[in-house]
Amino acid sequence: MEKRELTCIGCPMGCQITVELEGQDVKSITGNTCKIGENYARNEVTHPERTVTSTAVVLGGDKPRVSVKTKANIPKDKIADVMKEIDAAVVNAPIRIGDIVVKNVCGTGVDVVATRNIEAD
Amino acid sequence: MLNYDIVIVGGGPAGLAAAVAARDAGIDKILILERDKELGGILNQCIHNGFGLHTFKEELTGPEYAYRFIEKVLEAKIEYRLNTMVMDISADRVVTAMSREDGMYQIQAGAVILAMGCRERPRGALNIPGFRPAGIFSAGTAQRLVNIEGYMPGREVVILGSGDIGLIMARRMTLEGAKVKVVAELMPYSGGLKRNIVQCLDDFGIPLKLSHTVVDIEGKDHLTAVTIAAVDEKSKPIPGTEERYTCDTLLLSCGLIPENELSRNAGVEMSPITSGPIVNESLETNIPGVFACGNVLHVHDLVDYVSEEAARAGENAAKYVKGQLSDAKSDIEITATDGARYTVPSTINIDRMDDKLTLRFRVGAVYKDSFVSVYFDDERVMHNKKRIMAPGEMEQVILLKNKLTEKPGLKKITVKIESE
Repeated sequence: MEKRELTCIGCPMGCQITVELEGQDVKSITGNTCKIGENYARNEVTHPERTVTSTAVVLGGDKPRVSVKTKANIPKDKIADVMKEIDAAVVNAPIRIGDIVVKNVCGTGVDVVATRNIEAD
Repeated sequence: MLNYDIVIVGGGPAGLAAAVAARDAGIDKILILERDKELGGILNQCIHNGFGLHTFKEELTGPEYAYRFIEKVLEAKIEYRLNTMVMDISADRVVTAMSREDGMYQIQAGAVILAMGCRERPRGALNIPGFRPAGIFSAGTAQRLVNIEGYMPGREVVILGSGDIGLIMARRMTLEGAKVKVVAELMPYSGGLKRNIVQCLDDFGIPLKLSHTVVDIEGKDHLTAVTIAAVDEKSKPIPGTEERYTCDTLLLSCGLIPENELSRNAGVEMSPITSGPIVNESLETNIPGVFACGNVLHVHDLVDYVSEEAARAGENAAKYVKGQLSDAKSDIEITATDGARYTVPSTINIDRMDDKLTLRFRVGAVYKDSFVSVYFDDERVMHNKKRIMAPGEMEQVILLKNKLTEKPGLKKITVKIESE
């Protein structure tokens, strides 16, 4: 049986989690203090995912950039591709939190959304 | 002179949460003074996620977290002034402020809440040898340039210090196409959260060199290279371990210092350990009616705890204004020893104590499988096992009022770290 030691990134607590694996089969998860940790550990050893946060160019706003995030996690190996699409995005002010900046980014089924309000200049 | 029940200095997470709580406690005339051009403080540039899991049970980015509170402030029609710098706070709570629009003016405050936050330790405070070229930034300055202004400070980066902002910026600069060559940390442990080491360094293969520091900076006009070296247990560089990295950017993430010039001038008594005010159970300083919360009080790792603490400062300031805060002396002293560096608060007046009181503290080194112990005088009343404790992460214990009242004549509470 394979043992993997992980540090949970679900929240800033950073619980130390031990996962016991047989091939792709998760046998046990210990050390987590909540459900988020269990899900993180299960995903991390089978198909790791991350939320990507960045900024996109704003036109006609009171600020030059709007902060954005992937609305859900995306596969870790797609981070660079997702960044390319976010960097190419240009949005017009005004913008509200939750507005879609890139729809279905890189075919992941996940939208990139604004995380702050920008007023029209 | 203007008159307000509560004046809050700083419109970041602490100031916003304090304002909302004071309004909820029935205070009408509240004024937030903020020197930036918008509310929200440093959260506005912390565009990464991970905020709010405790408070909102969901994972938010910094700007989203800030907006939850800004929205409440707007809904409650709490007054705030932007682009306003507080110049002075007097011991009788006269606040002197100035702005371009209004010039200099004074406000008599019923209570003052200090919520000014903290500053990054600059190069000048670090004694790094070498030239003084352009290209050296504090990590937070770089964060503002990239995330708010939309500029990249450089393309080849070395980071000194493994504080959270440095780690976050290692990832951020990498995502934007820069090459982060190394993160050097003077101490044998990281100053940041474990999760940030994993998702900001390990994910991108960025090496973290513990017990290393910068020993030389090259570049006449702009930075061209830095040299890092291993250090011994006294933090002295070890000859022969030098490694030279060509780079155009050096980010410094070497600790945060509560910004207390105003507090000091007002006569607020300060802790040499936290560099923040010494406060009692009500988060009140030695000056009656002057409260402190957030990173100006002590540097937090989680904004959720800032909001929680600030809300208590807001409630207590409200009580003070309404004359509901008894002025009996604080009689129980809290001492931190054996690995626990300090506690906030540091005294308790049992009459003013809520049913539950959260004691927050930090440890001075990395402790594995150790215990957080609490003593009432000489009797051990709490003994909680922790798998791991590190200086980068804040610890807490919760004291129950009924446990304290069971011990009449209690003089001293001690928090310490024990190996068994």
